[in-house]
Amino acid sequence: MGVEGIGARVARKEDKRFLTGKGRYTDDMSVPGMKYAVFVRSPHAHAKILKVDASAAKDMPGVIDVLDGKQILADGIGNLICGWMIHSKDGSPMKMGAWRPLAHETVRYVGDAVAIVVADSVAEARDAAEAVVVDYQELPVVIDASKALEAGQPQLHPEAPNNLIFDWQIGDESETDKAIATAAHVTEVTIHNNRLSPNPMEPRAALGIYDAGDDHYTCYTTSQNPHVARLVMSAFYNVAPENKLRVIAPDVGGGFGSKIYIYPEEIVCLWASKRTGVPVKWTSDRTEAFLTDAHGRDHVSTVKMAFDANNRIIGLKVDTIANLGAYMSLFSSAVPTYLYATLLSGQYDIPAIHANVRTVYTNTAPVDAYRGAGRPEATYLLERTMETAARELGVSPAELRRVNFIRSFPHQTPVIMNYDAGDYEASLNAAMQAADWNGFAARKAEADRRGMKRGIGMSCYIEACGIAPSAAVGSLGAGVGLWESAEVRVNAVGTIEVLTGSHSHGQGHETTFAQLVADRFGVPIDSVNIVHGDTDKVQMGMGTYGSRSGAVGMSAVVKALDKVEAKAKKIAAHLMEADESDIVIENGELKVAGTDKAVPWFQMALAAYTAHNLPAGMEPGLKEGAFYDPANFTFPAGCYICEVEVDPDTGRTKIVQFVAADDFGNIINPMIVEGQVHGGIAQGIGQALLEGVHYDPSGQLLTASYMDYAMPRADDLPSFQVSTSNTPCPNNPLGIKGCGEAGAIGSPPALINAITDAIGNNALTMPATPQKVWAAAHAAK
Amino acid sequence: MAKVTMTVNGRQVSGHCDDRTLLVQFIRENLGLTGTHVGCDTSQCGACVIHMDGKSVKSCSILAAQAAGSTITTIEGLAADGELHPVQAAFKANHGLQCGFCTPGMVMTAVDMIRRHQGQLDEATVRAELEGNICRCTGYHNIVKAILAAAAEMSGARVAAE
Repeated sequence: MGVEGIGARVARKEDKRFLTGKGRYTDDMSVPGMKYAVFVRSPHAHAKILKVDASAAKDMPGVIDVLDGKQILADGIGNLICGWMIHSKDGSPMKMGAWRPLAHETVRYVGDAVAIVVADSVAEARDAAEAVVVDYQELPVVIDASKALEAGQPQLHPEAPNNLIFDWQIGDESETDKAIATAAHVTEVTIHNNRLSPNPMEPRAALGIYDAGDDHYTCYTTSQNPHVARLVMSAFYNVAPENKLRVIAPDVGGGFGSKIYIYPEEIVCLWASKRTGVPVKWTSDRTEAFLTDAHGRDHVSTVKMAFDANNRIIGLKVDTIANLGAYMSLFSSAVPTYLYATLLSGQYDIPAIHANVRTVYTNTAPVDAYRGAGRPEATYLLERTMETAARELGVSPAELRRVNFIRSFPHQTPVIMNYDAGDYEASLNAAMQAADWNGFAARKAEADRRGMKRGIGMSCYIEACGIAPSAAVGSLGAGVGLWESAEVRVNAVGTIEVLTGSHSHGQGHETTFAQLVADRFGVPIDSVNIVHGDTDKVQMGMGTYGSRSGAVGMSAVVKALDKVEAKAKKIAAHLMEADESDIVIENGELKVAGTDKAVPWFQMALAAYTAHNLPAGMEPGLKEGAFYDPANFTFPAGCYICEVEVDPDTGRTKIVQFVAADDFGNIINPMIVEGQVHGGIAQGIGQALLEGVHYDPSGQLLTASYMDYAMPRADDLPSFQVSTSNTPCPNNPLGIKGCGEAGAIGSPPALINAITDAIGNNALTMPATPQKVWAAAHAAK
Repeated sequence: MAKVTMTVNGRQVSGHCDDRTLLVQFIRENLGLTGTHVGCDTSQCGACVIHMDGKSVKSCSILAAQAAGSTITTIEGLAADGELHPVQAAFKANHGLQCGFCTPGMVMTAVDMIRRHQGQLDEATVRAELEGNICRCTGYHNIVKAILAAAAEMSGARVAAE
């Protein structure tokens, strides 16, 4: 592997700039003449806009202009869209209501943007925003998805009667019903998956720059996928044609899904820049982020899991209601369908599965993918159900899982997915050993003597990453292909630039992608630069989400490296008068195998560009591009074990150990993979123990700051014990599965299984706050 | 508009700003030192931590005018002569950062934490001391590791020097 190659624990190249304050995030950008934007937002969860009066605001100090929804409509800027078509089981297409970048008739959640104020300073813009008088006629509000489906409830969009967006199903209902009817045991549970706010530490921001001379727009924005942003803003929102729109996502301070989507603010800043003639920068404050960043999760499901007399699962039936908020965000429809119900087989051989999913409009912020996106919901549902079943059946949770594990691959589940490789028992055994599962009884007895309730819980997760084969997702309704692109440019002095459509917002691509090149050519990673996040530099790409940068993005780099290697060998063979099949590349040299003849890498590169002595007919230069479209999803899997102590007097849960045993296939940089797992687990623990978005019945967001929304802090968390096993993915050249979301997927059920084990009451919902745990513990007495 | 003068990263600087200007805005907008970040509106996240007269301070919780005459160190002023400060080096060696947004505040908090505890830190103390700094990427695991490693190295160097 070499000290910097594949598998090496290389410290990150990008760290120095972040550690010395030289990171360049969107809000750090400043251009001549730049002005500042503040949005006027709805204080009501549901209201008609009768009038927007900005006359007083426009006269305030420093104000350049105030623009509203009627103006953006008149200028032909289009509606925001959801890019994944789902059909209901009756064949009808999903019911997408209009989402205007600035509302001009109706506001549907607190925070809905109504107008933009552009001023010399943020403070002046904020003062003026408060002086914009919007005359609202309040309408009745519904925030609960189940309630929104009932008759007589407020209607959000005329396109969607009873607020129902779609009523979708997957699997074979009659076979599943048959299994349940003939089962020796049926476990029935209701599962709540709490609504979360993603909370990347960098708030969203956008800087729109219109250049009247060239009729050209530049948008700096906090995006996980700047090319998708350009495509959508160009093709659907009518901001500008692609050749007139450059989107740059510079350093981005975390995303976790919330920066995939194209939001109103970047569209409005670009449009406002043209209208006002000045560059317009907007930076979200944290309360705006809580109000308007797409939320995650918010499912309620009923589950029936049927077992035969040997404790083998023979059927699984799920009915889910998913809250999508006030508007359909970009990938919102895919999350509770193809990213969720297709994973309901988990690690288990289940012959019959049926899931029905209804998605619903409510007067809350839009809901879309958040770390794991659908897969945490599936895993939490399955693993809570398995734990409940084990308790009902009187068997150990490990044994119940073992009995039901899929053991041969490929495995076709009844819900589309075809698992290519895995060894679930290996992860289970590794986790149980690391957690000293067998020593738990003694630890529990010791805790009892101290008056503490100790519990242990596990979770065996699977997820689908490497999103995704384009034709497959196209057939399922995706509006885009989910391949990735790469270009490898070898400079005349042998240094290398890799252009990728993946985007790093914490994942360390500048290091790991360079490791691929170091591994291939034996050059130091410092001679390799990774270029990403700019539509003027990288032609096209699909961005980073769904743990796809390794499995898809790096695979594209590998394809481009293959082409570079082939041409480099041809040049070297020509220079050394050898056969190209005899050329090997090692330690920065191209050698003739079995001889002492060698050409240094830089000399070959120089020869490519001087073109004085190239093989006949060869074009000068050394630059190759590739597009990679995956053949299948990848299937990371693993086992997490959590051990807790609950203080029965206070209900406070202390995590005493947390073990993760993951199978990510091959690994490029174990240090970075471990970091991804740590962060994922922390978010999963946050969901299970601390976090929850709460609206009051009038639709006011009660959790709109860090004083009210409980983010995991350092002393809420333990250190984690993480390890990996490896069944390489057979469907991509590097054998990579992906590691970005696993932690957030596997950890919540392990934690809740542990707490419910500790308190002896299975009825507990997330977040398991001390108050809820105390009540559940005392109800169990 | 008030004229504010202070010493930042060893250099005397002045700027005109609104009375309501926060120190973090003065540092970012007037001085162009964008390494100090704003991650919340409620002085909870700690992305804006700087050192003011030798102590760590959330620069979002103080007015620029209140900082007049003080000596400020920001993340840009921590590394001397291009060499990473031991805390910065430990964050890199231990992968104590991912997206980098909380990192400047974390590092400035850690430097002050190690100073106050004279390098004598354990995991529980570090976790308790990080109460005012939020990271969403790392789960704190490697941040804690990095701070303990830096504390050990710095106190080792201090003992050796004595």
